[in-house]
Amino acid sequence: MNRHLLSAADLDAAGATEVLDTAAELANVTGREVKKLPTLRGRTVVNLFYEDSTRTRISFEAAAKRLSADVINFSAKGSSVAKGESLKDTALTLQAMGADAVVVRHSAAGAPHRLAHWLDGSVLNAGDGTNEHPTQALLDAYTIRSRLGRLSGLTVAVVGDILHSRVAHSNARLLHTLGAKVVLVGPPTLMPVGVGAWPVSFSYDLDAVLPEADVVMMLRVQQERMADSYFPTVREYARHYGLDSRRAARLAEHAIVMAPGPIIRGMEIAPEVADSARSTIVEQVANGVSVRMAVLYLLLGGGRQ
Amino acid sequence: MRYVIRGARVLGGDPADLLLRDGVVAEMGTRLTAQGAEVVDADGLVALPGLVDLHTHLREPGREDAETVETGSRAAALGGFTAVCAMANTDPVADTAGVVEQVYRLGRDAGLVDVQPVGAVTVGLRGQRLAELAAMASSAARVRVFSDDGRCVADPRLMRRALEYVKSFDGVIAQHAEEPRLTEDAQLHEGEVATRLGLAGWPAVAEEAIIARDVLLAGHVGSRLHVCHVSTAGSMEILRQAKARGVPVTAEVTPHHLLLTDSCASGRSELASPALASGWDSAATAYDPVFKVNPPLRTADDVAALRQAVLDGVIDAIATDHAPHTVEDKECEWAYARPGMLGLQTALPVALQVFGDGAGDMALWQLIAERMSRAPARIAGLAGHGQDPAVGVPATLTLVDPAARWTVEPGELASLSRNTPYAGTELPGRVVATFLRGEPTVRDGKAVR
Repeated sequence: MNRHLLSAADLDAAGATEVLDTAAELANVTGREVKKLPTLRGRTVVNLFYEDSTRTRISFEAAAKRLSADVINFSAKGSSVAKGESLKDTALTLQAMGADAVVVRHSAAGAPHRLAHWLDGSVLNAGDGTNEHPTQALLDAYTIRSRLGRLSGLTVAVVGDILHSRVAHSNARLLHTLGAKVVLVGPPTLMPVGVGAWPVSFSYDLDAVLPEADVVMMLRVQQERMADSYFPTVREYARHYGLDSRRAARLAEHAIVMAPGPIIRGMEIAPEVADSARSTIVEQVANGVSVRMAVLYLLLGGGRQ
Repeated sequence: MRYVIRGARVLGGDPADLLLRDGVVAEMGTRLTAQGAEVVDADGLVALPGLVDLHTHLREPGREDAETVETGSRAAALGGFTAVCAMANTDPVADTAGVVEQVYRLGRDAGLVDVQPVGAVTVGLRGQRLAELAAMASSAARVRVFSDDGRCVADPRLMRRALEYVKSFDGVIAQHAEEPRLTEDAQLHEGEVATRLGLAGWPAVAEEAIIARDVLLAGHVGSRLHVCHVSTAGSMEILRQAKARGVPVTAEVTPHHLLLTDSCASGRSELASPALASGWDSAATAYDPVFKVNPPLRTADDVAALRQAVLDGVIDAIATDHAPHTVEDKECEWAYARPGMLGLQTALPVALQVFGDGAGDMALWQLIAERMSRAPARIAGLAGHGQDPAVGVPATLTLVDPAARWTVEPGELASLSRNTPYAGTELPGRVVATFLRGEPTVRDGKAVR
């Protein structure tokens, strides 16, 4: 594995598969009574969160602690960052503290890349603006593989705000790398310009895509997009791109429904679909810890010890 | 002081001597001698009319930590310039006679180039009401070019009034063409690279829509329009048609839009590797804000269209948009960085890199003289500039070594700032000497002060 995980594109098929296989082994630890391995004892992992994201932060924190790493949570609020410290100065501070890995969440695309430029340790992108969220894509791939047994040859529909979704961007890259056929689905206003250059297909018609899909991934659509005229009303959005039980009934029997959460029930996904046997929403959270353990383990060279 | 420039090839022609006396070229010929004249060996050098920059940010008053009139003037002279138009987006904004006169005086005190202030079109660049344009025109600074550069005069009614109003003193409105509603939060050219990097797109249509509107307005009211830093192939088509219809419009392009593309933001500079990689790989060198500029770097197709437009005259001038920024305004997240790059000392080398091998092609030097001196001097109304070296003409010229190649070291540039996109890049052409009205501002590649 490379020194950093900045983008899902940093992983080739072998590298991504190694993460998923390692995560599967580490998942056994989570099932044990003592959920802890000594692998990263004495190593320091910093969670550097410029955006509030309790879910992602505690997932990384749990992952690092189960590997016995020392974890420092550095939240931008109320810290030197709020007093105007630059990203570079923060990086140099973390460097001086001997951070072996920095897990960074930031509202600006590319902030992890800048950090990687200044730090000797590993940088893990935990979501940068509208760019990428590679560990989310890894946990989604892990979830698909554990439900359906494989990734290669599957058709995965990613539905919603493709333009602004770092989850969609990382998933498109990673699932393509792992041999899945990715179909991006959403209204034209939420489809990125230049998406035609990607090795994925796209559609504005969810109903046409559903019967072929093995996996449907429902992205969260933020209400503020409505104010900016990406779509007229929540009702109209839900009518065309919401996964209600009528639409879910058109899915193949084995097809699964995923959501990177937090979901808005009734908008992009109906409650009865979210709670159905097809839904992987709860598993995704559990798998997140295993996958992040695997990434930390591989990035910090745990495999060599 | 008198100078004999010995053996210079004027615009790439045969070697000749030039005697500079009383601020003008007094004689031209071979084996000229003059009592008490200092001899400047120009063997192998090309003499050009002093370069004129229509678009320079000198940052004074207000951001003297990024650049001052003096340091910017020094960078200009070292780049072969003898006149620069200093943009109005200072703090305070150059929207009154007082501020433009201050900048004008600072330029005169530095004495390295003629600093011609540009006046703001609207009060505080706010795009709401006209600044006192006539007062700036009749001030000591004699302002003729007005621009809200950095911001677009987006209100069509206000733009129409500005175009009409400056007619009485032969002024020109230099428009920063950017429809603001189409570029809210925009970071990089809207296209495949911006999508890949997850950066909000700055669409070509935001520039083209304003240029299309403005050439119609300029045609309607019969006023001169100048378009700053054009950057798209579509803009070239609009300008080509407008010029064919006889609309009095001129346009400039920056050196960086003639050389660099949006791929630079992904860490894959065509400077570093001419064969562009494609695909989805991300590089830790991506998102370097030194490549953030407004308008943004565009695609290779746009670059090709801009180069063609420089050759066929749809673009009148090459202008630097020299935009110094402090380290803290550039060494940060892409979205938080200020847009702009240094340009004065690399403009001529980049133009030589783009348009020729620098080996003495006469057409190349004619092109350089026209796009970097004569045309910008005409557009800005700078009478003492933009004239080819000849007997009786102001001795305002620059001597270039076309065979020299040099590697750009940010720390060695005269600017107070370091934000050049060409760090570590080898470029052709070195300015050896620059003369302003018969007196050297640069000798042996060094500023005289």
